[in-house]
Parts: sequence; structure tokens; C-alpha cells
Amino acid sequence: MRQSNRLKQGGRIERSRRLTFTFNGNSYEGYAGDTLASALLANGVDIVNRSFKYSRPRGIVAAGAEEPNAVVQLGSSEPSQVPNVRATQQALYEGLSARSTNGWPNVQRDLMGLIGKLGGKMMPPGFYYKTFMAPASMWLTYERYIRKSAGLGRSPGESDPDIYDHLNRHCDVLVIGAGPAGLTSALVAARSGARVIVCDEQEEMGGSLLASHQALDERPAADWLSDVLAEMEANANVTLLARTTANGYHDHNFVTLHERRTEHLADTAPMVNGRRQARSRLHRVRAGRVIMATGAHERPLVYAGNDIPGNFLAGAISTYIRRYAVVPGNKLVLSTANDDGYRAALDWLDAGREVVAVADARQAPDGALVEAVRSRGVRIIDGAAVIEAHGENRVSSVRVAPIDAAAFRISGEIETLKCDTVASSGGFSPVIHLASHTGSRPSWNDDIIGFIPSLPKGMLAAGSAQGLHELGAVLRDGAAVGAAAVRDLALDAAEVEVPQVASLHESAAMALFQVPHDKPTLRAPKQFVDLQNDVTAAAIELATREGFESIEHVKRYTAMGFGTDQGKLGNINGMAIAARCLGRTIPEVGTTVFRPNYTPVTFGAIVGRHCRELFDPERYTALHQWHVENGAEFEEVGQWKRPWYFPRTAKGKRETMHEAVARECLAVREGVGILDASTLGKIDIQGPDAREFLGRVYTNKWAKLPVGRVRYGLMCKDDGMVMDDGTTSCLAEDHFLMTTSTGGAAAVLEWLELWHQTEWPELDLTMSSVTDHWATMTVTGPKARDLLAELTDIDLDRDAFRFMDWREGKVAGVPARVFRISFTGELAYEINVQARAAMHVWKALFAHGEKYDLTPYGTETMHVLRAEKGFIIAGQDTDGSVTPEDLGMQWAVGYDKPFSWIGKRALTRPDTVRKDRKQLVGLRPKDASVVLEEGAQIVLDPQHAIPMPMVGHVTSSYYSPTLESGFALAVVKGGHERMGETVYLPMADGKVHEAEIVSTIFVDPKGERQNV
Amino acid sequence: MFHIYCPYCEEWREEEEFHPKGQAHIQRPIDPESCSDEEWGDYLFFRDNPRGIHHELWVHAVGCRKFFNITRHTQSYEILETYRMGETPSVTAESVKREAIAAAASTATSESAEEVRA
Repeated sequence: MRQSNRLKQGGRIERSRRLTFTFNGNSYEGYAGDTLASALLANGVDIVNRSFKYSRPRGIVAAGAEEPNAVVQLGSSEPSQVPNVRATQQALYEGLSARSTNGWPNVQRDLMGLIGKLGGKMMPPGFYYKTFMAPASMWLTYERYIRKSAGLGRSPGESDPDIYDHLNRHCDVLVIGAGPAGLTSALVAARSGARVIVCDEQEEMGGSLLASHQALDERPAADWLSDVLAEMEANANVTLLARTTANGYHDHNFVTLHERRTEHLADTAPMVNGRRQARSRLHRVRAGRVIMATGAHERPLVYAGNDIPGNFLAGAISTYIRRYAVVPGNKLVLSTANDDGYRAALDWLDAGREVVAVADARQAPDGALVEAVRSRGVRIIDGAAVIEAHGENRVSSVRVAPIDAAAFRISGEIETLKCDTVASSGGFSPVIHLASHTGSRPSWNDDIIGFIPSLPKGMLAAGSAQGLHELGAVLRDGAAVGAAAVRDLALDAAEVEVPQVASLHESAAMALFQVPHDKPTLRAPKQFVDLQNDVTAAAIELATREGFESIEHVKRYTAMGFGTDQGKLGNINGMAIAARCLGRTIPEVGTTVFRPNYTPVTFGAIVGRHCRELFDPERYTALHQWHVENGAEFEEVGQWKRPWYFPRTAKGKRETMHEAVARECLAVREGVGILDASTLGKIDIQGPDAREFLGRVYTNKWAKLPVGRVRYGLMCKDDGMVMDDGTTSCLAEDHFLMTTSTGGAAAVLEWLELWHQTEWPELDLTMSSVTDHWATMTVTGPKARDLLAELTDIDLDRDAFRFMDWREGKVAGVPARVFRISFTGELAYEINVQARAAMHVWKALFAHGEKYDLTPYGTETMHVLRAEKGFIIAGQDTDGSVTPEDLGMQWAVGYDKPFSWIGKRALTRPDTVRKDRKQLVGLRPKDASVVLEEGAQIVLDPQHAIPMPMVGHVTSSYYSPTLESGFALAVVKGGHERMGETVYLPMADGKVHEAEIVSTIFVDPKGERQNV
Repeated sequence: MFHIYCPYCEEWREEEEFHPKGQAHIQRPIDPESCSDEEWGDYLFFRDNPRGIHHELWVHAVGCRKFFNITRHTQSYEILETYRMGETPSVTAESVKREAIAAAASTATSESAEEVRA
């Protein structure tokens, strides 16, 4: 039968718009305005899932974000799969396709359910850890099957076609929750002239007013609601965001709002004018004041069989009947400890169904709602509760008994009542999640039987979120809090007339969490506390018996409040049970804290547009296009894209990297090569004290460097460890150009600024990054001079333009600075021109370079060539624990400089003068064909029992076409004293390589080639 | 994410523009060579880790590139003030403690006044 549970009239649904949808492959019908949950209930679908651990059948329990069971997998195609969707929060749309996330082969007949049934007693908390812990090597195998049987949805196997946006926003007042408190506070703020954002997670704004019986100013609540929304809609200072969840509250009133823009329309965002719409927006809001008007969640009672489909929260029953015109059963038993639960009974009666009985845990309740139900002839059993529900796939009867809550026992005859639905209400828990996201712990309040938030600075709570209950009081509080928020921001609070609500006589609520059973908790049928994580009252009791006394430990041992649920429904009941077992009060047991996100947020929304080519900024040199056109393979160096090598294709065959690098290396050693070195960090330093400053930040001397000369420098941190290196050129007496490693450029500039601004502000100098302003082209090899001479007016004579000189002139008609420095060990000129002229110069060099077979080379060849010369790369051959002396670079240390430069004092600390420090050496594998693995550990005795003492590791390793052998740089304990010794490198595959410790300089030890 | 007032730009900016640089007011000894190994080790490696008021050095890395100080509460993460290099903080652990004692004293006084009235 179609929509058998749908009432003939009522509800906020559009009956003229029928929608079809599928759930687990079956087709159903619903109406526009339904949620997936209300539509499933309308169609009498009882089982929506299997439970996480015991595979028990589960049905819908709630009507909002707190729903623990109806967590579904959405999506009609592979790319549109979305896990973790709560059916209670998913608007119905035409063609919606959803599946249960759990259950194999399906939710109706589940094999794991048998195990859960047979093995329930055999699956205590910690079951998986206790059972599958040995042998440890099998855990990965076990885990695969455990995960398969305990899934909570799966991620899509194909790329997401949707796009997601991020928006940065600022406002005076952010109101979270558009129920009665949120709306009155927003109204006050808006009328006071504040910039206001109101967000609400539901499809429609209004919160509890959407299903309220009560009249506001003697009009239906819905009328007041539409007036208020219309007023705010018309106010340009107000932004209303429905379908928008405040998922995280972060420091200093920074709140992330997730706005779902198209998820109520289709499973992928629609196209408009040929463009795909953004599926969702993540609003990053910085608010002057945040008003948390998030309301309260009803607490279910904990009784045996409380997870059988047909058990509902009392408030959810009312919502389904009043908002969706769905009555999810025929015969209702209500179990409550407060007056509010009676609303469910009244709505049930109004829907024309039978209320079998109300079990009220209190003695002689006489509230207005109680009397309203009594007057309609419903049997009310005082001092009693539902202690157990029976049924396979749906509740068929309940056992009701008088209880003595204080003594935690049954106090009279148990009677069995036939019914198909149980509604329970244990009270209301303020939704305080956001207030505790930054670490504040909420405090217990006996009056409201719940936790109230400890508010971070800048946040205010209004209405039910701080424990208020009665509608009139909630509205008045909203107005007062709105006024307080705008006054905090130095605005005058506008007057708002709060609508009048008739107040009802209420009998006091009673604190009831777990209902006693005729058997002790450990032997009674399962009484569920956390339905999503399958945590029972018995599990909590067992955890406390096993010595887990801290609520944080109980949580981790039982998994209560974990995962996507974040304890919305079960946490307080769980704490109350732990408190009972430990003989303490709830405040003594304390609470766990909630973490973002409040409800799951899809990764797409978090990522926004920062994916694919926009994942990370890419930096290109001025010559990038040439590299692309000439077939370069690229390497990522920080954000830079650098040519890695330039493979050539000959006779249809493309070179491998090994072949290309060998060719490039030999071209530099025997002819001439060219490297785009533009990414090198460049810092322009000017000022009368620039030279003094260099002397303090570098290890070596700068006092006498004349204009026109270049010097290599090492930079240490004050602990004496090498941090970066590079060359600095003297452009004028008060003007220097420093180069840094590519990856270290920004950090080095910040480091220099730190010293200048905090320690030596009296030094007169300024620094500026010029990395992007200058393009750098390194022309290097024996024929470099011949090539460059064809293009420049600079005198390249070996005595006029010496090694470590720089000259200014023109190259290819363009003003240039040419530095004769060498990172290859060959004759080399680094040509610097303005970046915009770089392509012209580069192409001119190639036009003239053809006859010299000018060969472009990339970073891989650069590495081989520099390592053959023993030139270090800071961050590769050093790791923050290497001193200049460890590198054998005493020649670059000015021990007698007058100022105690950065790093000097540390070089005489006992640890830095140890003889057995790891020192940089060369390694020559005994087998020339071996290229050692970078990072490989070095041992002295490969026969030593495991664990072998490790004396060092390989830092750089390549194949040298010049040496026709593999070679490496490595750090070895006391390595400088071990020249000629043999060391061993045991590899993961069992092979042991043998290598000889040699000098770090493999090619041209005397440095003659760069000096020609 | 912190909201930080740059005392040089004189604007509130997002944390993404700043880098934290550790504890503030660590002064490099004027004459390192006369420091004992222990003194130099203290300067290099030892930092406070208070629960409460902490002075930190930050830099407006992608803004004005200026270094400045932040006084922050390490439990609540509240930033109590920001101030330029060379300035002394007006909020310190001591000043907060003094104020708390003064506040407690004034409450005590008003309570005893009430008692007198009663």
C-alpha cells in the first residue's frame, strides 16, 4: 500500500508534488517537503539499517541531527556517492536513491545478525582488541573483515563531479539556529542596525515553531514565523542561510558554516546556463558576537529492547505527525518522565490512532498536558516505565512496571501491553556542542537535568540551548540575548515586542536515564545507550567494573559518543549510568568534550576550490614555456616547477632519465650546458651596516670583500647547526646580493628580519626579496666562455674576470649581472637579467650555442655534478644536526671574527666538539654499478647481531657518468678519521652493499677546472 | 583560527597572515663567549610552558613583515594584547594575579559591608 502511514491532511508538505525515490532498490513515493526519513515512515519502512556491532535491525528514532540509525548511503551513480547522510536531514527529491550503509546480504536478512544474536554476550567492550590481538601480524587481515561487517558507508570510487565554494564573511552577530530564541535575538539585532547572519540546519527556518501547538499573540506560530522571516529577508543587513549547519566553533569567534545549496534538488548539482552550480558553500565567518540558539535534543530512556524498530523519541513522533502528516504506527505506549512527552500522545490521538497507555515515572503528575491526555480517556500509569520492548523487526509489545528510580529496582507487578510503537522522553539536553569545541567544559545543572554550556568569550546562548524550556520564556530570552549582543558591540538595542504565549501549568520533570529491569543490567536483554556505536548499559557497567573510572576512558573503551554521532543522543545517559555504577553523581563523573564537526561535512566542502591544479600554488620561472616546449620533465621544488631533465627522442626512442642525465652531465664536463637557476632565492641587502650584518649572520668573514667580488657563505642557527648556504656578492660598499637555496628563500629572509628587528635594530639596513625579479641562467662547461663571448660586451679574460668575480654589462643586448661562480666545478657564468628579458637572452644563447651543442640540463644533472664536487645541499646533506665542522668546512668559518656571529658560541659546547659526531664523507661502492639508496643506514660490522649499531646514513647518491660508477655523500660517526675504511649498508631485501669511505670531492680535487 | 591585531598595520587580520616564532623576550646574551655552557644551553633550548599568560613573538609574515609580541592565555587562547618590539607588556601573569587579588578583596569588602547592613 502506498504511503499507508500518511494522514489525509495536515503537515507542511506539498501534496500536489509527488516524488518517487528508491531505498535499497525498492521504489517508493513521497511528497515535496518530506525528508527521506518522513517518506520512509510514510511508506511503513521499519528497518533502515543494521547496527554497527551486533547487526540488529534498526529503525528511525529521531527527526533531526541526533538520528543515530538512519544513516544512509546516497547517490544513484558511483561519482555521486555520499556516505553518512542522515535520512532525517535529507530532503526528498525526485529520483533520490539511497541504501542502508550496513547489512549483508541485506538489511532484512542479515548474516552478521545471527552472530550478534548468538554472540551478543560474547562481544563485550574491547571485544575486537581482546579477540583479535594475537598474532599481531594477523591484525591487518582481521581488520579488513571487521571493517566490511561494520561499515558506516563508503567513499565514492570515482571523482566527484561537483564543485564547492569557500566564502569569507564578517558580521556583527551570527545567530546559530532559527527557532524561537534564535529568531527573536536576530530580530533585535537586525532592528538595532547590526549586520546579522542567521543560519539553520533544517530545510526550513523556524525550529520547534514548525510543529508547535502553541499560539503566539493568539495567532498560529507559523504566521508569526513567516512575518519575522519576511521582515529579515527585506533587511539588507541580514543574511538568512537555511540548510546551513554551523559545524565548528573555533578561536576568537571564527565559525564554519556548511551551506548545502543543491542537495535537496538532486544527487549532483544542476547545470544552469551550461555551468555546474556549486553543491555547497563553506562560509568562514568571523563574528563580533555569536548567539548559540541551537535548542535542545530530547533524551530517550534506556530500557531493554529500546533499539527494536518502533521505538521513537516522543518529540520525533510529534514532528512526524505535525510537520509531515506521517503517523508511524497504530498503537502507542508512551514512557516519560516529564510533561512534554505527553504532546506525542496528544498528536497520536489527534491523528486518530490508539494510545494504549502512558507510563509516567512520576507520582501523581498533574500538568496541563497530562490532564489533557487523561481527559481523553487514556490510561496513565503513575510511577511506572516501559522496562522492556519485545519484537523481531518491529515492536509487538512492551513490559511496563512500577519502578523505584532511587533504589534502581522494579517496585511492583510487571504487566505486558500490546503495541507497535513506543515513545520515550527522559528530558531535554541543551545542544551545547559548539560551546565546547574550543575546550570549555559544560557544567551540570540539577534544575534542568542537563549540562549547560560554559561560554567562550564572545559567545552567548539563548533559549533551550541554555536550559530554558517554556516557549514564552524562550522567546523573551532570545530578545534579551539579542539585545545583550548588540550592546556588547556598542550599538543601541532596539525594542522588540515579544509575542505572548499562554503558559501551561507543568508538573516537575524527574531525572530518569536508565530504567531498572527485573534482571540486573548485565543479565537483562540489551539496553542501548548509544545506538550508533552499539554501546549498551551493560557495556558501561562492565567498563566501570574493569576499572575504567574516568568518563574519557569509559568513552574510549566502549566507543560511546564516537564517530559521526558525537554522542548527541546517548552521552548523558551513558554518563548517568557510569555515575550510578561508580556510586557518584553526574557532575563528579564529568563529561567528555565534543569536537568539530557537529554533523559530518563532505571533504569536497572542506577542500573547496583548493583541489586539482589549484591544490597548491605553482610557481613558474620566466623560462617555463620554453622548458615545456622542449619536453622537460618537471620536478617540484617547494612550489616551484623546475626542469628535472630534458629527455631527447632519437629514432623514435625516448631517453630514460638515466640516459638523459648521463648525456647532460657529459655535455657540461666536456662542452657546455645551461641551467635555469632562476628559482634560487635572492635577497637584496642595502644600508651602511649591511656588511656588519653579513658578518654576524654568516659563519665566514665579510669585512674585506671588495666591490665586484662574490663569496660563498654558510649560515648557522645559534645552536651551531648549518641552516642554509649560498653566495653573496658585493654590488657596492653598502649594497649586497645574497642567494639562498630554492626551498629556503622565504625562511632565510624571515630569519634575517628576525635578527635585524629583534636583536640588532640599531643596524641600518633594509632587505627585500628579489627572487622573482631576476632570472638566472647558468652557462657552464669548458666552452662556456667561448659561447658567452659571442653575446656580451663584458671582458671575459680569465685575469680580468676571475673566478668569484661578478661584472655588469650587456648580454644579448640586455643589461645583465654576470657572476662567475660554479656549482658544477666547471667554468661557469651565472647570467642574471630582468625576468621579462629572460626568454630573449635564453633564446639568443641557444641561437649562438648550436655550434657548441649547448645542452639544457635539469635539477637531476645539477645534483650529480655538484655531488661529484662534494658541494652540499642544505636540507639534504644537512638535517639541522650538522655543524660546519661536521661538513669539514672549517675553511668557511671565521673563528677570529670580532663579533660572536650566530652559531659560533655553540661550536665549543661539549656536544658539538665530540669526536664521534656524524661527519660528511664520500662513499665509493665497491661494485661500481651500485647506486646506494639515499637514507640507507651504515654499519661497520654486517655480521653483528640485530640490532646492529648504526654509524650513519647516505645523504646523496647518484651514478656518475664521469666516474662510470655510483658514488655517494654520507654522514658517518667520526668519518673524517675513517678515510679508506670499508663500511656496509644492509638493505631491506637482505643484500649488503660494501663501500669505501673517501673524500667528498670525486672530480677535480684541486678545483682547476672552474679556474680556467 | 586566531584573530590578531597587528600593532604596526593597526588592523585585525586572520592568523593565516602570521607566523608564530616562539616565546617572546628571549634576549641573546650580549657576550656569548663569556657564557658558561649551561647559560648558553639555557638561552638556546629552554622555554617556559605556562598554563595561563604567555608572551609570544609573532611576525606578520605576509603583511608588513614586522615582528611583534602577543600576550596570550594558553588555556582560553584569548589574546590579551599585542605590542611592538621594544615595548613592555601591560598585561602579565603578575598583573592578572594582582587584579584577581584586588577583585577578591573588593568582593570581600562588599560582602562584609552587606553583613554590617544586615
